[in-house]
Amino acid sequence: MSTKTDTAIDKFRARAAEEGLLDVAYTTTDSPFGPLLLAQTPRGLVRVGLPNQDADELLTDLATRVSTRVLEAPGELDEVRRELDLYFEGKLESFGLPLDWQLSGGFRQRVLRAIDRILYVETRSSTEMARKAGNERAVRAAGTACGSNPIPLVVPCHRVLRTGGALGGYGGGLPMKEALLQLEGVLDESPAV
Amino acid sequence: MTALPPFQTVLDDHAGAVMAILHGAVGRDGAEDCFQETFLAALRAYPRLEDDSNLRGWLLTIAHRKAIDHHRARGRNPVPVAEVAEVATQDDIPERDEQLWAAVGTLPPKQRAAVALRYGSDLPHNEIAAALGCSPEAARRSLHEGLKRLRKELA
Repeated sequence: MSTKTDTAIDKFRARAAEEGLLDVAYTTTDSPFGPLLLAQTPRGLVRVGLPNQDADELLTDLATRVSTRVLEAPGELDEVRRELDLYFEGKLESFGLPLDWQLSGGFRQRVLRAIDRILYVETRSSTEMARKAGNERAVRAAGTACGSNPIPLVVPCHRVLRTGGALGGYGGGLPMKEALLQLEGVLDESPAV
Repeated sequence: MTALPPFQTVLDDHAGAVMAILHGAVGRDGAEDCFQETFLAALRAYPRLEDDSNLRGWLLTIAHRKAIDHHRARGRNPVPVAEVAEVATQDDIPERDEQLWAAVGTLPPKQRAAVALRYGSDLPHNEIAAALGCSPEAARRSLHEGLKRLRKELA
């Protein structure tokens, strides 16, 4: 595409932002694990796509569930990128980003909000998360909520372990979960198998 | 109908075609403004769009309206010939066509748009009609008149 068209697209994007038409702004950013998709609404960060997830599918899902006004707008996500970079460098323990919870409802959202309060260096079990969300017996549902987390990394579902202490699963793959817990100083560099 | 794709997909798929016809319709200087107006109008209306079967025709229709607005606002000033040619080359139209596209730039708006849509964007008559907001017959006529004039001009 010609430079002139690129310039025109940039100006269009800026005006769309000025006029409040960016219902979903997104960008991709590099991480130690591969590219991340970041999407936000005027309310806050709504979706983080991990490297093993298909970006096109995630964007189609956002168009269906949030708004069809989905536009790539890297500048809108500068602060999200900045905090994530610091986090991956081990220099940020707690994100200060506004979050948009609309992709999770009911019990799942309560579980995820409880997960959002787990501090750096801590881990919790699915059972504890179920209890904090108001239904101690719904351990399996709490696990599902954790697995469905639309805002991984920032809402730290990697800090939830299987009841009993095993690592459990992770949407981004178990090696990523291990690496995150190592970064946060919970796991040793060479975890016991 | 299927679910509408993310608007970014629409932009990726059709930005080039919209820019190309706007070059043809309003020339280099107007094209960028018209491009923004076109996509802003499209973005505003997009969530309410009911038929996604011809997104390109829909966009080109909006682009055409913006081009007409542009001409109205400027009182149909003729487009400077040299600039049209320069832009056309930038968008990968071979240089030997410079003279031809310069001549296209001097056609009346409707004929100019029809010729640009047919030969610049390679649209079939029914899509040209959709873009111009007229019947396929009228589109064919505009194209025919435009070509006739071009032949005379370039003879």
